[in-house]
Amino acid sequence: MTITREEVLHVARLARLALSDAEADRLREQLGRLLDYMKQLDRLDTRGVVPTSHAVEMGTPFREDVVIPFGDREAILSNAPDRQGDFFRVPRIIED
Amino acid sequence: MANVPVHEWTLLEAARKIREKEISSRELTGALLARIGALNPKINAYITVLPERAAAQAAACDEEQAKGSLRGPLHGVPLGLKDIFCTRGVRTTCGSRILHNFDPPYDAAVAGKVLAAGAVLLGKHNMDEFAMGSSTETSGFGVTRNPWDLSRIPGGSSGGTAAAVSSAMCFAGVGTDTGGSIRQPASLCGVVGVKPTYGRVSRYGMIAFASSLDQGGPIARTVPDAAALLSVIAGYDRRDSTSVDVPVPDYLAASGKPVKGLRVGLPKEYFGGGGLDPAVKAAVERALKALVDQGATAVEVSLPHTSFALSTYYLVAPAEASSNLARYDGVRYGHRAEGAAGLIEMMSRTRAEGFGDEVKRRIMIGTYALSAGYYEAFYGKAQKVRTLIRGDFAKAFEAADVLLTPTAPTPAFRLGEKTDDPLTMYLSDIFTIPCNLAGIPGLSVPCGLSADGLPIGAQLLSDHFREETLFAAAGAIERAIPVPRVAPLEG
Repeated sequence: MTITREEVLHVARLARLALSDAEADRLREQLGRLLDYMKQLDRLDTRGVVPTSHAVEMGTPFREDVVIPFGDREAILSNAPDRQGDFFRVPRIIED
Repeated sequence: MANVPVHEWTLLEAARKIREKEISSRELTGALLARIGALNPKINAYITVLPERAAAQAAACDEEQAKGSLRGPLHGVPLGLKDIFCTRGVRTTCGSRILHNFDPPYDAAVAGKVLAAGAVLLGKHNMDEFAMGSSTETSGFGVTRNPWDLSRIPGGSSGGTAAAVSSAMCFAGVGTDTGGSIRQPASLCGVVGVKPTYGRVSRYGMIAFASSLDQGGPIARTVPDAAALLSVIAGYDRRDSTSVDVPVPDYLAASGKPVKGLRVGLPKEYFGGGGLDPAVKAAVERALKALVDQGATAVEVSLPHTSFALSTYYLVAPAEASSNLARYDGVRYGHRAEGAAGLIEMMSRTRAEGFGDEVKRRIMIGTYALSAGYYEAFYGKAQKVRTLIRGDFAKAFEAADVLLTPTAPTPAFRLGEKTDDPLTMYLSDIFTIPCNLAGIPGLSVPCGLSADGLPIGAQLLSDHFREETLFAAAGAIERAIPVPRVAPLEG
């Protein structure tokens, strides 16, 4: 199946992945071949088949809505690439 | 059994000898750390080795024992964990450069359980990046080599764990399996690997790849060792909403049970294809004979949708991965690209720099398969075919208690042999993938060596929560077909 370069770049934008030109070309070709292979599923008639989202059926488990404090804020914040006090700092959100 | 070097003891022997004070945890841990120091530079099974932490843990175990208290069944026994399990205070990378500096603030459920049972943590095992791979070649920390032949891959994604266990750099380890990542490397390294029923082992703190398929499980040198370790890590956990609240049976006892009357199903689709190496076929046939000689009966079964499993898997798993891996954005932890002018540029460049080619490829497939206009044609279709594959197994288990198949179509291949063609690499998981799609348990047990002296594994599959049947059948194969479990390496 043919995937255009524009489609590759669109999907990469959705996935927040910056691609080099060479990567975009390679992925266009590889994704096309993989999706061709996967098209074999169209040979199966799946009308009326219920999709599986989890392999072991157990319904939705419920629990009490109680807060369990984690307790070690510093262990979390110490992983921050850029922090200011108790905040994670990021580059500006509104780009020019 | 005279003069077996300490590092070659089984997990159960090591635990017993500590309990009976034949050896201290300090001495045993020291011997394993020395072994790692000598072999890891060649094999690269560990991303992180913890000599100081392990020695301190071992000393604490010895002190507690001197006062008459034992932590649990693994008291003082040195183990390793795949670097996908978060370990508090120990860097956890998931094989990715994007997490090269991640210091988890908590322990995964599996890590907590092995530590509470008394295990000493030697280090964290190498793996394919985010568990995406079948050869450990996609790791951001260098390839792991197969201890049986250093020019070959150990399998993947839990290749570091399988290589560490088979080269006696730990007594056992815990890996994860999304499409064969425990069973395939266990087969290629000549050790025992178990993928439990989905929901049997908590996924809390286990870095997510494909949430509806991922499951943690033991890799060990013998069936009883694997059984004992599964008993430690299995069980309900309220922190994992897909964890199933059913009692944990005595798997160790199950591994010694007779197989008389057991119905062993042979799925014809797994033996017919052209890709199956004749040596693998012959070894699996010997495993069947071992079971039949002990009173089991063989029946042919059919899993008619087998040839659709690979496509189904390579849509479902990347779709879930593309969503799970959205969290690596350079904001809260891990790598961040320098000098970006805005937030989206920072995230896009962070991910471009931090992820390797295979991870990018799968994020792209997954995002494509979930994107507007394609969801029904790809992801939705795959979820329906998944239902058909589950139905195949449900029907097969009416006629058979356990299924016997090859674990991998060939013994270990050479480094670099399949890195250029994703589809060829994916085909090495063709026998292991259907099990994850169906959520059933699977186990790989050594059943022979190829003419080149490379290990071959047989795969056993059973119905949901019937791990005991797997252990009984695997134990019977192991007792009948002795295969060396420590690779013949000169250290």
